[in-house]
Amino acid sequence: MSEVYLDNNATTRVDPAVLAAMLPFFGERYGNPSSMHNFGGGVGRDVSQAREQVAALLGCTPREIVFTSCGSEGDNTAIHSALEAQPGKRHLVTTRVEHPAVLGPASHLAEQGFEVTFLGVDGQGRLDLEELKAAIRKDTALVSVMYANNETGVIFPIPEIAAICKERGVLLHTDAVQAVGKLPIDLKTLPVDMLTLSAHKLHGPKGVGALFVRKGTPFRPFLMGGHQERGRRAGTENTAGLVGLGKACEIAAAHLEEERTTVAALRDRLQAGLTAAIPENMVNGEGVERLPNTLSIAFKYVEGEAILLMLDRFGICASSGSACTSGSLEPSHVLRAMGVPFTFAHGSVRFSLSRFTTEADVDLVQQELPGIIARLREISPYKAGAGEPPACTC
Amino acid sequence: MWEYTDKVREHFLSPRNVGELADANAVGEVGSLACGDALKLYLKVDDAGRIVDASFQTFGCASAIASSSVLTELIKGKTVDEALKISNKDIAAALGGLPREKMHCSVMGREALEAAVKNLRGEAPPQAHAEGEIVCHCFGVTDEQIRRAVRENDLSTVAEVTDYTKAGGGCEECHDRIAELIAEVRGEAAKDAAPKPEAAKRLTNLQRMQRVMQVLEEEIRPSLKKDGGDIELIDVEGKKVLVALRRACAGCPSSQLTLTDFVERKLRELVEPDITVQEVRS
Repeated sequence: MSEVYLDNNATTRVDPAVLAAMLPFFGERYGNPSSMHNFGGGVGRDVSQAREQVAALLGCTPREIVFTSCGSEGDNTAIHSALEAQPGKRHLVTTRVEHPAVLGPASHLAEQGFEVTFLGVDGQGRLDLEELKAAIRKDTALVSVMYANNETGVIFPIPEIAAICKERGVLLHTDAVQAVGKLPIDLKTLPVDMLTLSAHKLHGPKGVGALFVRKGTPFRPFLMGGHQERGRRAGTENTAGLVGLGKACEIAAAHLEEERTTVAALRDRLQAGLTAAIPENMVNGEGVERLPNTLSIAFKYVEGEAILLMLDRFGICASSGSACTSGSLEPSHVLRAMGVPFTFAHGSVRFSLSRFTTEADVDLVQQELPGIIARLREISPYKAGAGEPPACTC
Repeated sequence: MWEYTDKVREHFLSPRNVGELADANAVGEVGSLACGDALKLYLKVDDAGRIVDASFQTFGCASAIASSSVLTELIKGKTVDEALKISNKDIAAALGGLPREKMHCSVMGREALEAAVKNLRGEAPPQAHAEGEIVCHCFGVTDEQIRRAVRENDLSTVAEVTDYTKAGGGCEECHDRIAELIAEVRGEAAKDAAPKPEAAKRLTNLQRMQRVMQVLEEEIRPSLKKDGGDIELIDVEGKKVLVALRRACAGCPSSQLTLTDFVERKLRELVEPDITVQEVRS
């Protein structure tokens, strides 16, 4: 049984061309890009090329790209840098639905005595920009707002947010890990100061990413030591990974239009099919601008982990915002922030597609999921159409 | 990805005894939709007190469904008294084990069984909560549920208590209280260990009476008083201890459980293993 991989917001398949580009750097081309000799220096030229490829996808200059080891490092670096570079400013604005790579450091800073404003979202996952404006203060060091949400695919209005931050003279960082390669991003016209991306979300390898730091933005390194990345990030380069990231960006640029057309059409087809075939469903973030590849859909009276395990029998890989999947006991922070009713929150499933997704993949889900939900509802003591269950007894 | 045993997978994918039981004479319901898992257990018990049929309905993850399914297999054919001896550990063991973080599914099974037996005996309507004071407000877990999980599964950390009862898995505000309860139970357990060799010896009537009085004064009354209740020793007839429940305990719907689960258990642990407790109304 071959897998039907619909969990691309978790990670993606490495494009075969990316793998091919990387392989020599695990083998004969093992040189250190910092070396004076031509053997190492030649590898340095490949790293430079990767930097140009990343910059080309984003519409920035290669010098504005700092390579990192992952998305989490990019997010941590951006937050750390903004606070270190502006020691008088001790306030941070972010949202309640960020990835843990932002929420983690933000909460840690709050414990350390910094002030952090966590903006809420409405039922569709949208921010209130007036609330954002009101949250910005004289001592705000950074606004950090994700480009698109990993669980629901909801896209935040980064151009508007950037305009607000620019007007107020506050630095803006965006975690664009889910957006890069799926949405066109042009940093020539989008005035964000820092932007995080990760290779493995766009058919590149794991363990490599990049942080865009706009020219002129005050910056302090997170990892100190060697002179790599012009002193902005110490550590010998992950040369194979960087070459893979560069190639993945080059390929993503060529396929960007496909995301908006083919991938989005498949997602829409899946959404239409499931919402029509399965009663008592709810699409999280419905009616709001979303990533073209993401469908977060919830089913009443059933539990997400049980759905995933039954899908797994058919080789269908998806993920869930339910509590039992993570062992956290509560539904995901994103669904809770959106106020998704508990009757739905525990039964949320996320399908995330890619350019490798086929019609047959989507059809298999449409064929199997209605039966799975019906079976679990048969087992469940709560019944569709039987009215609301009693309120929480907890 | 959870490391579920083949047995868990098998019970999840082909659960036994699913659905309502038309001629059930007892129903036990625990959990809620909000908490992420719920179990409704149906029993058909014959006049001789034997469980002749059982079925379940479960909302929850794979291990919750598998725990419910295996529970119905474990209890079918047993008398109610035999069934009540099944612990959450037995449910987990019947599944070849559960991941630690999922042990609360086995606890839910045992609680549903107790709720169904209560329902059968008309002792109390199926309650949302076991007796005791709510410690974890996120998941509605009481101090008694936590004490019992700690005692029966030899738990020593807050994280373990969360794995077994879900308590402390939400806002985490109750972590200090859970730590206190662990210390309390484990302190008790340490104390219990000491007099055991002595208890193994045959006691004279006089010794037994003195020990019963001492345990009642030092171990049992302080606990009951904390909850607004009290107990009075009326007499000791051989190994039968006659008591009267006072204050909040008198007329409490769970008084029978207090007597067997707490008073009798304590006396059996600390005095003699075959002591019985009987309530006298006076």
